[in-house]
Amino acid sequence: MKKEKSILIMDSKTIARSLMRISHEILERNRGAKNMAIIGIKTRGAFLAERIAKIIESIEEVKIPVGLMDINLYRDDTQSKKEQPIIQKTEILFDVVDKIIILVDDVLFTGRTIRAALDQIVDFGRPRSIQLAVLVDRGHRELPIRADYIGKNIPTSADELVKVKIKEVDGEDSVSIVKDHESEKVSK
Amino acid sequence: MPITKLKSKNLLGLEGMSKQEINFILDTTVSFKEILERPIRKVPTLRGVTVVNLFYEASTRTRISFELAEKRLSADLVNFSTNTSSVQKGETLKDTVKNIEAMKIDMVVVRHSVPGAPHFIANCVDSSIINAGDGAHEHPTQALLDLFTLKEKYKNLEGLRVVIVGDILHSRVARSNIWGFSAMGAEVAVCGPTTLMPVEMEKMGVEVFSDLDKALERRDVVMALRIQLERQKGGLLPSLREYTNLFGITREKLKRLNKNFTIMHPGPINRGIEITPEVADGPYSVILDQVTNGVAIRMAILYLLSGGEKKVE
Repeated sequence: MKKEKSILIMDSKTIARSLMRISHEILERNRGAKNMAIIGIKTRGAFLAERIAKIIESIEEVKIPVGLMDINLYRDDTQSKKEQPIIQKTEILFDVVDKIIILVDDVLFTGRTIRAALDQIVDFGRPRSIQLAVLVDRGHRELPIRADYIGKNIPTSADELVKVKIKEVDGEDSVSIVKDHESEKVSK
Repeated sequence: MPITKLKSKNLLGLEGMSKQEINFILDTTVSFKEILERPIRKVPTLRGVTVVNLFYEASTRTRISFELAEKRLSADLVNFSTNTSSVQKGETLKDTVKNIEAMKIDMVVVRHSVPGAPHFIANCVDSSIINAGDGAHEHPTQALLDLFTLKEKYKNLEGLRVVIVGDILHSRVARSNIWGFSAMGAEVAVCGPTTLMPVEMEKMGVEVFSDLDKALERRDVVMALRIQLERQKGGLLPSLREYTNLFGITREKLKRLNKNFTIMHPGPINRGIEITPEVADGPYSVILDQVTNGVAIRMAILYLLSGGEKKVE
Protein backbone atom coordinates (compact mmCIF):
# COMPACT_ATOMS: atom_id res chain seq x y z
CA MET A 1 0.00 0.00 0.00
CA LYS A 2 1.16 3.49 -0.75
CA LYS A 3 1.40 5.97 2.06
CA GLU A 4 -1.10 8.76 1.82
CA LYS A 5 -1.25 11.76 4.06
CA SER A 6 -4.47 13.59 3.58
CA ILE A 7 -5.28 16.98 5.09
CA LEU A 8 -8.87 18.18 4.93
CA ILE A 9 -9.05 21.78 3.72
CA MET A 10 -12.76 22.28 3.08
CA ASP A 11 -15.80 20.32 4.19
CA SER A 12 -19.31 20.41 2.81
CA LYS A 13 -20.23 23.49 4.89
CA THR A 14 -17.25 25.57 3.81
CA ILE A 15 -17.78 24.52 0.20
CA ALA A 16 -21.43 25.57 0.37
CA ARG A 17 -20.43 28.94 1.86
CA SER A 18 -17.81 29.48 -0.83
CA LEU A 19 -20.29 28.74 -3.60
CA MET A 20 -22.76 31.11 -1.99
CA ARG A 21 -20.15 33.88 -1.81
CA ILE A 22 -19.00 33.25 -5.40
CA SER A 23 -22.60 33.48 -6.58
CA HIS A 24 -23.06 36.82 -4.84
CA GLU A 25 -19.76 38.10 -6.26
CA ILE A 26 -20.86 37.11 -9.76
CA LEU A 27 -24.13 39.00 -9.35
CA GLU A 28 -22.42 42.00 -7.77
CA ARG A 29 -19.84 42.33 -10.49
CA ASN A 30 -22.31 41.89 -13.35
CA ARG A 31 -25.09 43.90 -11.67
CA GLY A 32 -27.51 41.00 -11.80
CA ALA A 33 -27.86 37.91 -13.91
CA LYS A 34 -29.00 39.52 -17.13
CA ASN A 35 -27.70 37.82 -20.27
CA MET A 36 -25.73 35.37 -18.17
CA ALA A 37 -25.00 31.68 -18.83
CA ILE A 38 -22.91 29.21 -16.88
CA ILE A 39 -20.68 26.53 -18.35
CA GLY A 40 -19.15 23.83 -16.16
CA ILE A 41 -16.09 21.82 -17.11
CA LYS A 42 -16.59 18.10 -16.74
CA THR A 43 -16.68 16.24 -14.52
CA ARG A 44 -16.75 18.07 -11.19
CA GLY A 45 -16.93 21.59 -12.55
CA ALA A 46 -20.20 20.68 -14.22
CA PHE A 47 -21.85 19.89 -10.89
CA LEU A 48 -20.44 23.04 -9.31
CA ALA A 49 -21.83 25.04 -12.24
CA GLU A 50 -25.27 23.61 -11.63
CA ARG A 51 -25.10 24.50 -7.95
CA ILE A 52 -23.99 28.07 -8.65
CA ALA A 53 -26.78 28.41 -11.20
CA LYS A 54 -29.31 27.21 -8.62
CA ILE A 55 -28.10 29.73 -6.04
CA ILE A 56 -28.21 32.58 -8.54
CA GLU A 57 -31.66 31.52 -9.70
CA SER A 58 -32.95 31.52 -6.12
CA ILE A 59 -31.51 34.98 -5.44
CA GLU A 60 -32.54 36.65 -8.68
CA GLU A 61 -35.60 34.53 -9.51
CA VAL A 62 -34.55 34.11 -13.12
CA LYS A 63 -33.62 31.06 -15.16
CA ILE A 64 -29.91 30.73 -15.99
CA PRO A 65 -28.89 28.49 -18.92
CA VAL A 66 -26.30 25.91 -17.85
CA GLY A 67 -23.98 24.11 -20.24
CA LEU A 68 -21.56 21.25 -19.69
CA MET A 69 -18.27 20.94 -21.46
CA ASP A 70 -15.69 18.22 -22.01
CA ILE A 71 -12.42 19.87 -23.00
CA ASN A 72 -10.47 16.76 -23.97
CA LEU A 73 -10.85 17.37 -27.71
CA TYR A 74 -9.09 20.72 -27.26
CA ARG A 75 -6.18 19.48 -25.14
CA ASP A 76 -2.66 20.37 -26.19
CA ASP A 77 -1.27 16.97 -25.21
CA THR A 78 -3.54 14.40 -26.89
CA GLN A 79 -0.72 13.16 -29.09
CA SER A 80 1.80 12.82 -26.27
CA LYS A 81 -0.30 11.17 -23.59
CA LYS A 82 0.08 7.48 -22.99
CA GLU A 83 -3.63 6.85 -23.12
CA GLN A 84 -6.34 8.69 -24.99
CA PRO A 85 -8.65 10.48 -22.61
CA ILE A 86 -12.26 9.33 -22.69
CA ILE A 87 -14.44 11.87 -24.41
CA GLN A 88 -17.63 12.84 -22.65
CA LYS A 89 -20.44 14.78 -24.14
CA THR A 90 -20.44 18.54 -24.41
CA GLU A 91 -23.90 20.04 -24.00
CA ILE A 92 -24.25 23.72 -24.71
CA LEU A 93 -27.87 24.02 -25.72
CA PHE A 94 -28.01 27.81 -25.83
CA ASP A 95 -26.49 30.45 -28.06
CA VAL A 96 -23.30 31.80 -26.49
CA VAL A 97 -23.21 34.86 -28.75
CA ASP A 98 -23.20 38.11 -26.70
CA LYS A 99 -23.71 36.24 -23.41
CA ILE A 100 -21.72 36.74 -20.24
CA ILE A 101 -20.30 33.28 -19.74
CA ILE A 102 -19.30 32.14 -16.27
CA LEU A 103 -16.89 29.26 -16.72
CA VAL A 104 -16.72 26.95 -13.70
CA ASP A 105 -14.11 24.38 -12.73
CA ASP A 106 -13.12 22.68 -9.50
CA VAL A 107 -9.37 23.32 -9.40
CA LEU A 108 -7.26 25.91 -11.19
CA PHE A 109 -3.73 24.56 -11.58
CA THR A 110 -1.61 24.94 -14.74
CA GLY A 111 -4.35 26.80 -16.61
CA ARG A 112 -4.19 24.44 -19.59
CA THR A 113 -7.71 23.12 -19.06
CA ILE A 114 -9.02 26.67 -19.05
CA ARG A 115 -7.11 27.49 -22.23
CA ALA A 116 -8.78 24.50 -23.92
CA ALA A 117 -12.20 25.55 -22.58
CA LEU A 118 -11.76 29.12 -23.86
CA ASP A 119 -10.89 27.84 -27.33
CA GLN A 120 -13.88 25.55 -27.31
CA ILE A 121 -16.34 28.26 -26.20
CA VAL A 122 -15.16 30.57 -28.97
CA ASP A 123 -15.93 27.81 -31.49
CA PHE A 124 -19.55 27.97 -30.33
CA GLY A 125 -19.74 31.72 -30.95
CA ARG A 126 -18.50 35.06 -29.63
CA PRO A 127 -19.61 35.72 -26.06
CA ARG A 128 -19.61 39.27 -24.66
CA SER A 129 -17.23 38.13 -21.93
CA ILE A 130 -15.99 35.00 -20.22
CA GLN A 131 -15.34 34.99 -16.48
CA LEU A 132 -13.75 32.17 -14.55
CA ALA A 133 -14.95 30.77 -11.22
CA VAL A 134 -13.05 28.01 -9.43
CA LEU A 135 -13.51 26.29 -6.11
CA VAL A 136 -9.77 26.02 -5.49
CA ASP A 137 -6.78 27.90 -6.87
CA ARG A 138 -3.66 25.90 -6.11
CA GLY A 139 -1.12 27.98 -8.07
CA HIS A 140 1.62 26.66 -10.42
CA ARG A 141 0.23 28.35 -13.51
CA GLU A 142 1.89 27.55 -16.85
CA LEU A 143 -0.21 30.00 -18.86
CA PRO A 144 -1.23 33.63 -18.28
CA ILE A 145 -4.66 32.77 -16.88
CA ARG A 146 -6.31 33.89 -13.63
CA ALA A 147 -9.65 33.29 -11.98
CA ASP A 148 -12.26 36.02 -11.39
CA TYR A 149 -13.95 34.19 -8.51
CA ILE A 150 -12.08 31.87 -6.16
CA GLY A 151 -13.48 29.67 -3.41
CA LYS A 152 -10.17 29.20 -1.67
CA ASN A 153 -6.51 29.83 -2.43
CA ILE A 154 -4.49 26.81 -1.41
CA PRO A 155 -0.72 27.16 -1.69
CA THR A 156 0.65 23.77 -2.65
CA SER A 157 3.93 22.17 -3.65
CA ALA A 158 4.20 20.36 -6.95
CA ASP A 159 4.22 16.87 -5.42
CA GLU A 160 0.93 17.41 -3.63
CA LEU A 161 -2.47 16.55 -5.04
CA VAL A 162 -5.57 18.57 -4.44
CA LYS A 163 -8.46 16.18 -4.23
CA VAL A 164 -11.92 17.62 -4.73
CA LYS A 165 -14.86 15.39 -3.94
CA ILE A 166 -18.35 16.29 -5.04
CA LYS A 167 -21.43 14.61 -3.64
CA GLU A 168 -22.90 13.80 -7.05
CA VAL A 169 -19.89 11.70 -8.10
CA ASP A 170 -17.90 10.94 -4.94
CA GLY A 171 -20.64 10.72 -2.34
CA GLU A 172 -19.40 13.66 -0.28
CA ASP A 173 -18.29 17.27 -0.57
CA SER A 174 -14.70 17.89 0.47
CA VAL A 175 -11.38 19.36 -0.58
CA SER A 176 -8.18 17.86 0.76
CA ILE A 177 -4.48 17.91 0.06
CA VAL A 178 -2.87 14.54 -0.45
CA LYS A 179 0.89 14.07 -0.27
CA ASP A 180 1.60 11.16 -2.48
CA HIS A 181 5.17 10.47 -3.50
CA GLU A 182 4.52 7.14 -5.07
CA SER A 183 1.79 8.17 -7.42
CA GLU A 184 3.29 9.26 -10.71
CA LYS A 185 0.13 11.06 -11.64
CA VAL A 186 0.31 14.64 -10.49
CA SER A 187 -3.27 15.51 -11.04
CA LYS A 188 -4.61 18.97 -10.72
CA MET B 1 -14.24 -2.50 -15.06
CA PRO B 2 -15.06 -0.21 -17.97
CA ILE B 3 -12.39 -0.18 -20.64
CA THR B 4 -10.57 3.01 -21.54
CA LYS B 5 -8.89 2.07 -24.79
CA LEU B 6 -9.10 -0.32 -27.70
CA LYS B 7 -7.01 -3.46 -27.72
CA SER B 8 -5.58 -2.97 -31.19
CA LYS B 9 -4.02 0.01 -32.92
CA ASN B 10 -5.87 -1.07 -36.08
CA LEU B 11 -9.52 -1.56 -36.95
CA LEU B 12 -9.47 -4.48 -39.35
CA GLY B 13 -12.80 -6.11 -38.58
CA LEU B 14 -15.42 -6.78 -35.97
CA GLU B 15 -14.71 -10.50 -35.79
CA GLY B 16 -13.64 -11.22 -32.24
CA MET B 17 -14.40 -7.74 -30.92
CA SER B 18 -16.07 -7.84 -27.51
CA LYS B 19 -19.35 -6.23 -26.55
CA GLN B 20 -17.42 -4.04 -24.13
CA GLU B 21 -15.14 -2.71 -26.85
CA ILE B 22 -18.02 -2.09 -29.23
CA ASN B 23 -19.95 -0.25 -26.52
CA PHE B 24 -16.87 1.82 -25.76
CA ILE B 25 -16.71 2.91 -29.41
CA LEU B 26 -20.46 3.62 -29.53
CA ASP B 27 -20.33 5.67 -26.31
CA THR B 28 -17.41 7.71 -27.64
CA THR B 29 -19.37 8.30 -30.84
CA VAL B 30 -22.17 10.05 -28.91
CA SER B 31 -19.73 12.83 -28.00
CA PHE B 32 -18.50 13.16 -31.55
CA LYS B 33 -21.98 13.30 -32.99
CA GLU B 34 -22.62 16.41 -30.90
CA ILE B 35 -19.73 18.19 -32.67
CA LEU B 36 -21.61 17.85 -35.97
CA GLU B 37 -24.43 19.99 -34.53
CA ARG B 38 -22.18 22.88 -33.51
CA PRO B 39 -21.91 26.19 -35.38
CA ILE B 40 -18.27 25.37 -36.09
CA ARG B 41 -18.22 21.67 -36.86
CA LYS B 42 -14.54 21.21 -36.23
CA VAL B 43 -12.31 20.43 -33.28
CA PRO B 44 -8.50 20.67 -33.15
CA THR B 45 -7.99 17.18 -31.72
CA LEU B 46 -6.01 15.52 -34.52
CA ARG B 47 -3.88 18.52 -35.46
CA GLY B 48 -0.61 17.21 -36.83
CA VAL B 49 -1.94 13.72 -37.56
CA THR B 50 -1.73 12.70 -41.21
CA VAL B 51 -4.19 10.22 -42.66
CA VAL B 52 -3.98 8.59 -46.08
CA ASN B 53 -7.19 7.43 -47.71
CA LEU B 54 -6.10 4.54 -49.86
CA PHE B 55 -9.03 3.59 -52.06
CA TYR B 56 -8.38 0.76 -54.48
CA GLU B 57 -12.11 0.42 -55.12
CA ALA B 58 -14.81 2.93 -55.98
CA SER B 59 -16.65 4.53 -53.09
CA THR B 60 -18.67 7.70 -52.53
CA ARG B 61 -20.26 7.46 -49.14
CA THR B 62 -17.46 5.81 -47.24
CA ARG B 63 -14.71 7.96 -48.74
CA ILE B 64 -16.53 11.24 -48.23
CA SER B 65 -17.55 10.15 -44.77
CA PHE B 66 -13.94 9.36 -43.81
CA GLU B 67 -12.72 12.59 -45.42
CA LEU B 68 -15.25 14.66 -43.50
CA ALA B 69 -14.45 12.85 -40.27
CA GLU B 70 -10.75 13.60 -40.78
CA LYS B 71 -11.43 17.25 -41.57
CA ARG B 72 -13.78 17.69 -38.61
CA LEU B 73 -10.93 16.51 -36.38
CA SER B 74 -8.37 18.82 -38.07
CA ALA B 75 -6.23 15.95 -39.37
CA ASP B 76 -4.24 16.39 -42.57
CA LEU B 77 -5.35 14.04 -45.28
CA VAL B 78 -4.11 12.69 -48.56
CA ASN B 79 -6.36 10.92 -51.01
CA PHE B 80 -5.19 8.13 -53.19
CA SER B 81 -7.11 6.44 -55.95
CA THR B 82 -5.81 3.74 -58.22
CA ASN B 83 -6.47 5.26 -61.61
CA THR B 84 -4.27 8.30 -61.03
CA SER B 85 -1.42 6.53 -59.27
CA SER B 86 1.58 4.32 -59.94
CA VAL B 87 -0.61 1.27 -59.46
CA GLN B 88 -1.20 1.79 -63.18
CA LYS B 89 2.54 1.23 -63.67
CA GLY B 90 2.43 -2.06 -61.80
CA GLU B 91 3.56 -1.04 -58.32
CA THR B 92 2.63 -3.65 -55.71
CA LEU B 93 0.38 -2.89 -52.75
CA LYS B 94 3.24 -3.40 -50.32
CA ASP B 95 5.55 -1.03 -52.22
CA THR B 96 2.84 1.61 -52.53
CA VAL B 97 2.11 1.53 -48.81
CA LYS B 98 5.77 1.43 -47.77
CA ASN B 99 6.48 4.43 -49.98
CA ILE B 100 3.57 6.40 -48.62
CA GLU B 101 4.62 5.58 -45.07
CA ALA B 102 8.16 6.75 -45.85
CA MET B 103 6.65 10.21 -46.34
CA LYS B 104 5.70 10.18 -42.64
CA ILE B 105 2.05 9.44 -42.08
CA ASP B 106 0.14 8.19 -39.06
CA MET B 107 -2.93 6.36 -40.26
CA VAL B 108 -4.14 4.59 -43.37
CA VAL B 109 -7.78 4.11 -44.32
CA VAL B 110 -7.87 1.35 -46.90
CA ARG B 111 -10.46 -0.08 -49.22
CA HIS B 112 -9.44 -2.96 -51.44
CA SER B 113 -11.22 -5.60 -53.49
CA VAL B 114 -9.05 -8.38 -52.06
CA PRO B 115 -10.17 -9.76 -48.68
CA GLY B 116 -7.40 -9.43 -46.13
CA ALA B 117 -5.58 -6.58 -47.90
CA PRO B 118 -5.79 -4.31 -44.82
CA HIS B 119 -4.41 -7.12 -42.64
CA PHE B 120 -1.55 -7.53 -45.08
CA ILE B 121 -0.81 -3.79 -44.96
CA ALA B 122 -1.02 -3.80 -41.17
CA ASN B 123 1.81 -6.32 -41.14
CA CYS B 124 3.99 -4.22 -43.47
CA VAL B 125 3.82 -0.84 -41.74
CA ASP B 126 3.66 0.76 -38.28
CA SER B 127 0.80 3.17 -39.01
CA SER B 128 -2.71 2.47 -37.73
CA ILE B 129 -4.80 0.76 -40.39
CA ILE B 130 -8.55 1.21 -40.71
CA ASN B 131 -10.40 -1.20 -42.95
CA ALA B 132 -12.91 0.66 -45.12
CA GLY B 133 -14.02 -2.52 -46.84
CA ASP B 134 -11.97 -5.47 -48.10
CA GLY B 135 -13.62 -7.56 -50.78
CA ALA B 136 -16.45 -9.63 -49.39
CA HIS B 137 -14.74 -9.88 -46.01
CA GLU B 138 -15.44 -6.99 -43.60
CA HIS B 139 -16.56 -3.38 -43.47
CA PRO B 140 -16.28 -2.64 -39.75
CA THR B 141 -17.11 1.08 -39.71
CA GLN B 142 -20.35 0.39 -41.60
CA ALA B 143 -21.40 -2.23 -39.06
CA LEU B 144 -20.48 0.07 -36.17
CA LEU B 145 -22.57 2.89 -37.58
CA ASP B 146 -25.48 0.46 -38.02
CA LEU B 147 -25.15 -0.64 -34.39
CA PHE B 148 -24.93 3.00 -33.30
CA THR B 149 -28.04 3.95 -35.26
CA LEU B 150 -30.00 1.09 -33.70
CA LYS B 151 -28.68 1.80 -30.22
CA GLU B 152 -29.90 5.39 -30.53
CA LYS B 153 -33.38 4.04 -31.21
CA TYR B 154 -33.61 0.94 -29.01
CA LYS B 155 -31.02 1.78 -26.28
CA ASN B 156 -30.21 -1.90 -25.85
CA LEU B 157 -29.50 -4.34 -28.66
CA GLU B 158 -29.82 -7.44 -26.51
CA GLY B 159 -32.46 -9.76 -27.95
CA LEU B 160 -33.20 -7.47 -30.90
CA ARG B 161 -34.38 -9.59 -33.84
CA VAL B 162 -32.51 -8.61 -36.98
CA VAL B 163 -32.66 -9.97 -40.50
CA ILE B 164 -30.22 -9.15 -43.27
CA VAL B 165 -31.73 -9.66 -46.72
CA GLY B 166 -29.98 -9.98 -50.05
CA ASP B 167 -26.70 -10.99 -51.58
CA ILE B 168 -24.97 -12.29 -48.47
CA LEU B 169 -22.25 -14.03 -50.45
CA HIS B 170 -20.65 -10.84 -51.75
CA SER B 171 -21.46 -8.70 -48.74
CA ARG B 172 -18.78 -7.46 -46.38
CA VAL B 173 -21.47 -5.36 -44.69
CA ALA B 174 -23.38 -8.54 -43.82
CA ARG B 175 -20.31 -10.24 -42.38
CA SER B 176 -19.24 -7.33 -40.20
CA ASN B 177 -22.79 -6.80 -39.05
CA ILE B 178 -23.23 -10.45 -38.12
CA TRP B 179 -20.12 -10.29 -35.91
CA GLY B 180 -21.24 -6.98 -34.44
CA PHE B 181 -24.87 -7.92 -33.80
CA SER B 182 -23.89 -11.27 -32.32
CA ALA B 183 -21.40 -9.65 -29.96
CA MET B 184 -24.12 -7.24 -28.81
CA GLY B 185 -26.51 -10.10 -28.10
CA ALA B 186 -28.95 -9.51 -30.96
CA GLU B 187 -30.59 -12.43 -32.78
CA VAL B 188 -29.42 -12.33 -36.38
CA ALA B 189 -30.91 -14.10 -39.38
CA VAL B 190 -29.98 -13.85 -43.05
CA CYS B 191 -32.20 -14.32 -46.06
CA GLY B 192 -31.41 -14.50 -49.74
CA PRO B 193 -31.24 -16.74 -52.81
CA THR B 194 -29.44 -20.00 -52.02
CA THR B 195 -26.92 -19.29 -54.75
CA LEU B 196 -25.93 -16.10 -52.92
CA MET B 197 -25.80 -17.71 -49.48
CA PRO B 198 -22.31 -18.68 -48.34
CA VAL B 199 -21.96 -22.02 -46.55
CA GLU B 200 -20.25 -20.55 -43.49
CA MET B 201 -23.40 -18.70 -42.39
CA GLU B 202 -24.65 -21.39 -40.06
CA LYS B 203 -21.20 -21.67 -38.52
CA MET B 204 -21.40 -17.97 -37.69
CA GLY B 205 -24.43 -18.79 -35.58
CA VAL B 206 -27.16 -17.16 -37.66
CA GLU B 207 -30.44 -18.54 -38.87
CA VAL B 208 -30.66 -18.91 -42.65
CA PHE B 209 -33.87 -18.36 -44.62
CA SER B 210 -34.63 -18.63 -48.31
CA ASP B 211 -38.25 -17.57 -47.82
CA LEU B 212 -38.57 -13.84 -47.17
CA ASP B 213 -41.99 -14.06 -45.51
CA LYS B 214 -40.70 -16.51 -42.93
CA ALA B 215 -37.55 -14.49 -42.40
CA LEU B 216 -39.49 -11.31 -41.66
CA GLU B 217 -41.78 -12.91 -39.08
CA ARG B 218 -41.59 -10.92 -35.80
CA ARG B 219 -38.39 -9.08 -36.72
CA ASP B 220 -37.45 -5.66 -35.33
CA VAL B 221 -34.87 -4.71 -37.91
CA VAL B 222 -34.65 -5.38 -41.64
CA MET B 223 -31.41 -4.58 -43.36
CA ALA B 224 -31.70 -4.74 -47.14
CA LEU B 225 -28.39 -5.18 -48.94
CA ARG B 226 -27.56 -3.76 -52.30
CA ILE B 227 -27.60 -6.25 -55.14
CA GLN B 228 -24.05 -5.72 -56.31
CA LEU B 229 -24.65 -5.61 -60.03
CA GLU B 230 -20.90 -5.49 -60.70
CA ARG B 231 -20.44 -8.84 -58.98
CA GLN B 232 -23.32 -10.70 -60.65
CA LYS B 233 -21.59 -11.91 -63.78
CA GLY B 234 -21.31 -15.51 -62.58
CA GLY B 235 -24.93 -16.38 -63.30
CA LEU B 236 -25.82 -16.75 -59.61
CA LEU B 237 -28.94 -14.69 -60.10
CA PRO B 238 -31.38 -15.68 -62.87
CA SER B 239 -32.80 -12.19 -63.25
CA LEU B 240 -33.23 -9.01 -61.31
CA ARG B 241 -36.99 -9.17 -61.75
CA GLU B 242 -37.08 -12.58 -60.13
CA TYR B 243 -34.95 -11.32 -57.28
CA THR B 244 -37.29 -8.36 -56.74
CA ASN B 245 -40.33 -10.64 -56.75
CA LEU B 246 -38.88 -12.99 -54.16
CA PHE B 247 -36.68 -10.78 -51.98
CA GLY B 248 -37.65 -7.17 -52.62
CA ILE B 249 -38.73 -5.31 -49.48
CA THR B 250 -42.16 -3.85 -50.22
CA ARG B 251 -44.73 -2.18 -48.03
CA GLU B 252 -46.83 -5.33 -48.13
CA LYS B 253 -44.01 -7.36 -46.53
CA LEU B 254 -43.66 -5.02 -43.57
CA LYS B 255 -46.88 -6.32 -41.96
CA ARG B 256 -45.04 -9.33 -40.64
CA LEU B 257 -42.61 -7.24 -38.59
CA ASN B 258 -42.84 -6.31 -34.93
CA LYS B 259 -44.17 -2.88 -34.00
CA ASN B 260 -41.63 -0.06 -33.96
CA PHE B 261 -39.54 -1.79 -36.62
CA THR B 262 -36.61 -0.28 -38.49
CA ILE B 263 -35.56 -0.41 -42.13
CA MET B 264 -31.86 -0.09 -42.90
CA HIS B 265 -29.76 -0.11 -46.03
CA PRO B 266 -26.01 0.49 -46.29
CA GLY B 267 -26.38 2.26 -49.66
CA PRO B 268 -26.12 2.85 -52.50
CA ILE B 269 -29.73 1.83 -53.08
CA ASN B 270 -30.96 0.20 -56.25
CA ARG B 271 -34.42 1.69 -55.99
CA GLY B 272 -37.12 -0.76 -56.95
CA ILE B 273 -34.81 -3.77 -56.90
CA GLU B 274 -33.96 -4.75 -53.31
CA ILE B 275 -36.26 -2.16 -51.75
CA THR B 276 -39.14 -0.04 -53.04
CA PRO B 277 -38.73 3.75 -52.87
CA GLU B 278 -41.81 3.88 -50.69
CA VAL B 279 -40.13 1.74 -48.02
CA ALA B 280 -36.70 3.33 -48.38
CA ASP B 281 -38.15 6.81 -47.83
CA GLY B 282 -40.78 5.74 -45.28
CA PRO B 283 -40.98 6.95 -41.68
CA TYR B 284 -39.47 3.72 -40.30
CA SER B 285 -36.42 4.03 -42.53
CA VAL B 286 -33.17 5.21 -40.87
CA ILE B 287 -31.13 5.10 -44.06
CA LEU B 288 -30.11 8.77 -43.92
CA ASP B 289 -29.47 8.60 -40.17
CA GLN B 290 -27.04 5.82 -40.96
CA VAL B 291 -25.15 8.18 -43.24
CA THR B 292 -25.04 11.00 -40.67
CA ASN B 293 -23.91 8.63 -37.95
CA GLY B 294 -21.21 7.30 -40.26
CA VAL B 295 -19.22 10.51 -39.90
CA ALA B 296 -19.49 10.43 -36.11
CA ILE B 297 -18.45 6.76 -35.94
CA ARG B 298 -15.44 7.42 -38.14
CA MET B 299 -14.44 10.41 -36.02
CA ALA B 300 -14.57 8.24 -32.92
CA ILE B 301 -12.49 5.51 -34.56
CA LEU B 302 -9.89 7.96 -35.86
CA TYR B 303 -9.67 9.54 -32.42
CA LEU B 304 -9.44 6.27 -30.51
CA LEU B 305 -6.76 4.85 -32.81
CA SER B 306 -4.75 8.04 -33.23
CA GLY B 307 -3.17 8.65 -29.88
CA GLY B 308 -1.90 6.80 -26.93
CA GLU B 309 1.03 4.52 -26.79
CA LYS B 310 1.62 2.56 -29.96
CA LYS B 311 2.03 -1.06 -29.11
CA VAL B 312 3.22 -4.11 -30.99
CA GLU B 313 0.57 -6.75 -31.51
